[in-house]
Amino acid sequence: METLKKHYWKGAGMILLVYTMYMGFLGHVPRQPILNETVRNLYFHVTMWFSMIALLGVSVYHSIQYLRKSDPMHDLKSNAYVITGLVFATLGLLTGSIWAKFTWGDWWTNDPKLNSVAIGMLIYLAYGLVRSSLPDEQQKARISSVYNIFAFIIFMVLIWILPRMTDSLHPGNGGNPGFNSMDLDNRMRMVFYPAILGWMSLGFWYAQLRIRIRKIEVSLEEKEEA
Amino acid sequence: MFKMLQEIKVLFQKELQLEWRQKYAVHGLLLYLASTIFVCYLSFKARQESISPITWNALFWIILLFIAINAIGKSFTQESAQRGLFYYTLVKPESVIYSKILYNSLLMLGISLVGIIMYSWVMGNPVGNMTLYIIALVLGAVGFASTLSLVGGIAAQAENTSTLMAVLSFPIIIPLLLFLLKLSKSAMDGISISENWDEISVLASLDIIVVVLSGILFPYIWRH
Repeated sequence: METLKKHYWKGAGMILLVYTMYMGFLGHVPRQPILNETVRNLYFHVTMWFSMIALLGVSVYHSIQYLRKSDPMHDLKSNAYVITGLVFATLGLLTGSIWAKFTWGDWWTNDPKLNSVAIGMLIYLAYGLVRSSLPDEQQKARISSVYNIFAFIIFMVLIWILPRMTDSLHPGNGGNPGFNSMDLDNRMRMVFYPAILGWMSLGFWYAQLRIRIRKIEVSLEEKEEA
Repeated sequence: MFKMLQEIKVLFQKELQLEWRQKYAVHGLLLYLASTIFVCYLSFKARQESISPITWNALFWIILLFIAINAIGKSFTQESAQRGLFYYTLVKPESVIYSKILYNSLLMLGISLVGIIMYSWVMGNPVGNMTLYIIALVLGAVGFASTLSLVGGIAAQAENTSTLMAVLSFPIIIPLLLFLLKLSKSAMDGISISENWDEISVLASLDIIVVVLSGILFPYIWRH
């Protein structure tokens, strides 16, 4: 019973993802000019960004906790969530690139959201560099927590405020209607919301696996030193 | 609170005195500024006679960005670690970062103003609304100073400070730079201040966020 309580969300997430896959590729979608069948990408592209923001948010939570309590476990978790967030950002960029090719006509368009995300990836790659350039474990944890919190807030400004002030091809920006007003009809909603939950649970599962691997590595290192 | 203001004042005076005693640092920055501007003049204006306003604007902000990284990056490395420890026993870390931000803001503001005069001298001045442009420069100086002071504090912890400074600060300063480019572009087109209220308030709040965040986060960097 304990294990079921602890792990049921993984199974639920996977069921949701199977449902997303099935409905995403075979379910009914409204036909719209330009978008046509590519609107199915809504379940695979937009959900990646939701998951990424959730993962990075949790990572910031652990960074704050690290600064408050100096428990190395929080730093380990925070780092794992950042890496998972980056994986999802990469997937988001790839799915977005495919979508852009078939609707806007190019793999990469000069769009504030695309540029913002590219900058965001640079910010987080610099985070990796900070970590690797500091040899001392405690110092590494402290400095990278500080940088993570700072980077997250700048990143949020970048992706939430900036695209709203400039013209963007994305829905909901620069005078374009959002998906809500365009008929994201109820049948799509029935797939879209479960898809968000499904991808998020996949992300958190992935992050937890990373955390567990790191924990084992750390304990092995400690054993070797002893 | 009053004690902290006192500390900030003393530390700020210390920064000024240090700079006054070793004038070569400021002289170096000014020379850097002058030579970069002249190189830009030689490679753009002298060859093509005219330069489009967008290029003019972008070029100026890039010059400022590079100078800011150079000027502020050194603010934590020019003093020895022992002296850092000495300050640590005397004052609050918040006072240290706020005094640095204050000093660096004024330094950047001075450099921006000298820069815009030199730059207009050789490259011409297509700015339509100079007041708005100056506002952008002020907001830029404060934003650059506060962001780069914190990043400088982070980079000073590692060994390869200058590389880390560049890698860390470039991506993190881009959002600020994009807002600044947008605002100064409006200034170049001669749009009035009241029509740019949105951009000004977003920039001002971004500055405030960064200053406050630096104040909160810096003590953790400093704690050895």
